[in-house]
Amino acid sequence: MSRPEDELVRARQRERARLMGWLLGAFVILMFLITIAKMGLNQ
Amino acid sequence: MTPALATTNLPADWRDLLALTKPRVMSLVVFTGLCGMLAAPMLPPLAIGFTAVLCIALGAGAAGALNQWYEADLDAKMRRTATRPLPSGRMDRQTALHFGVGLSVFSVVLMQLATNTLAAASLAASILFYVFVYTVWLKRRTPQNIVIGGAAGAFPPLIGWVAATGRIELLPVLLFAIIFLWTPPHFWALSLFVRSDYAAAGVPMLPVTDGIQATRRQIALYTLPLAVAAIAPWPMGLAGPVYGVASVALNAIFAGMALLVLRNRATEPAGMGPEKRLFGFSVLYLFALFAALVADRWIVL
Repeated sequence: MSRPEDELVRARQRERARLMGWLLGAFVILMFLITIAKMGLNQ
Repeated sequence: MTPALATTNLPADWRDLLALTKPRVMSLVVFTGLCGMLAAPMLPPLAIGFTAVLCIALGAGAAGALNQWYEADLDAKMRRTATRPLPSGRMDRQTALHFGVGLSVFSVVLMQLATNTLAAASLAASILFYVFVYTVWLKRRTPQNIVIGGAAGAFPPLIGWVAATGRIELLPVLLFAIIFLWTPPHFWALSLFVRSDYAAAGVPMLPVTDGIQATRRQIALYTLPLAVAAIAPWPMGLAGPVYGVASVALNAIFAGMALLVLRNRATEPAGMGPEKRLFGFSVLYLFALFAALVADRWIVL
């Protein structure tokens, strides 16, 4: 793979990894909120 | 190597993954799902309600991605869809398949965890119906494709209601029926002025198989059962006067516009102003009808 293409691949991987990190963080917060809400429903 | 092929070696851009989910279609799905939930007699806690609507959106996006994975060859033949990520060569098909299947499973599992089994099963049914019944089975075989396939798009308000209550009742079934009966005239209005696209791709849409005037007659005919289903919640006591007045007015406008389509004799897209206006109004119609249902539920006169 040529140098500019290699750089483009890495840039996309970095972008996707960063986005996946944010999404996973949001998922953890969402699961926490769902758990709290379900605990409230069961009381 | 062509530029298009060269780009498929790259990891898919997240914007193209987002485009696979058909975000514009998703907005209507999310809205009707949210309205189905807000019209229910009991509301879930905010986090659970939000998650249910998110799952409806993710499920719709997953179904859209799997639809584009299966129809990449068709999309390449139509001007309206040729620039999508798969036909334009910006993404390989395997990525789209993995993304669609992964998102489908994720949305159904999350729905089960957050709400109830009936809502998760309804969501799974809507995804499977859209992919296997509409996309794989009907779309390329029969002009009834969107008549039967329209059921897939009719699920969201039902899922929203079931996520909130855990039960299927008469009103969400009527909401299902409204979208089911709204889908054919909505898509036939579109297919009239993009007829050549469907013909070139070999998709047996009604204007291609039965002609333009037959399609216009079908659009006009469908406004009758649509009006009955849309107005029914009012006389049946399932909705109040806010919804009743709005539904009568919206259906009167819809029927009037369908009559203008019926009277039109143009055969070229340039002369299909009434069809384009009906298509545009049909989207507004559904938004307004469901907004009126929620307003009726929450506004005390």
